Amino acid sequence: MSCSRRQLLKSGLSTFIAASLPISAFRFLSPAECQAATGKEGTRWGFLVDTNKCVGCGFCVKACKKENEIPYDAPVTRTWVERYVVTKDDKTHIDSPMGGRDGFTSKQIRDDEIKQEDISKTFFVPKLCNQCKNPACVQVCPVGATYQTSDGVVLVDRTWCIGCGYCIMACPYGVRFFHPIHKVAEKCNFCYHRISKGQQTACVEACPFGARQIGNLLDPNDPVTKIIMTERVAVLKDEYGTKPQVFYLGLDMNVR
Amino acid sequence: MKNHVLRPLWFVLIAIALILIVRHFMVPDDFGVHGQNFTYGFHRLGNVDDWKNFKPKYKGREYCQECHEENVVAVNASKHQRIQCENCHGPAIDHPDDPEKLTIDTGRELCLRCHASLDYPDNPRSRIKAIDPDKHNSESACIECHNPHNPNLEEGK
Repeated sequence: MSCSRRQLLKSGLSTFIAASLPISAFRFLSPAECQAATGKEGTRWGFLVDTNKCVGCGFCVKACKKENEIPYDAPVTRTWVERYVVTKDDKTHIDSPMGGRDGFTSKQIRDDEIKQEDISKTFFVPKLCNQCKNPACVQVCPVGATYQTSDGVVLVDRTWCIGCGYCIMACPYGVRFFHPIHKVAEKCNFCYHRISKGQQTACVEACPFGARQIGNLLDPNDPVTKIIMTERVAVLKDEYGTKPQVFYLGLDMNVR
Repeated sequence: MKNHVLRPLWFVLIAIALILIVRHFMVPDDFGVHGQNFTYGFHRLGNVDDWKNFKPKYKGREYCQECHEENVVAVNASKHQRIQCENCHGPAIDHPDDPEKLTIDTGRELCLRCHASLDYPDNPRSRIKAIDPDKHNSESACIECHNPHNPNLEEGK
């Protein structure tokens, strides 16, 4: 076997480099370690709604309105619960009287009395601001009164909002409304005053059935993040490209 | 250059200068992107703290337990332990200073939120014991017979 000087130096050098690499360089990294290494630490608030658990008691809506000083009897709310009754003739009946504030206590849906034998399936879907990664409502604000915080929550600056209503029209989910007292745009902000102090949001705390949960999507050990990463979750109106941060378990195709 | 060209030019320049001066005084100093992007992050930094300083109203069960230990223990031993105190008693806010007394919701409507029979198949609601509000003692308040802290009729008396 012949070997030129150049070849010897070449292979000698590569052997030296390979031998000097620590074993740890070849180790498989867990997603958690990868995330820590890429420096994406911090907070990104995400929400998980388990529609399989919601019974439509409406305690979340009541708590939200009182916590966030939304006029109790005005027909506006930051979060609401919708009832879906799908009948065997493939019709979907939806209602949410006063946003479900007082719960669902009667079988009457709007003006329809649906017969027991016609019901195919029923479910309750709690809704709230999706705190989108690409919030359409923020893009359209002409004065910079609404914005995304560094931890992913979309807030409204009440002193700066001029009340033009562009954001209310832009939101594909209809979560924004006009605050009857402050006369500015209003929306769910994941109870920013509570989550930034380490508390739960008012709706999460009020829910007796654990249908609502909030967590930090950048923390791989967070129970909410674990569910979103490992289970089959869906978001509302994915086709709009807004990248919602509210994830749903057991979402039905009839939910709009 | 001729005067009729210069005159409107000066006019435009002065208008721009005026707008910039007004903007300097009108827009707060902490307005900016603060490390985010212009599309979604352009905001007044002070507003983040405005929202963080918003007053929480709901205090949670631990807060109630500090004084009302026996009631919390009682409800924790019953099927109603999953329901927060403030869902029925109202938000504590600064109780016992303000308000001195909480208004307890003792109406039928409160119980019916969960216990009105909707009779939906395969709905989690159906797992809860339910009544027909029109037929089940429709004139009386629920709490006349049922103790909300222990709704079981035999044990709750």
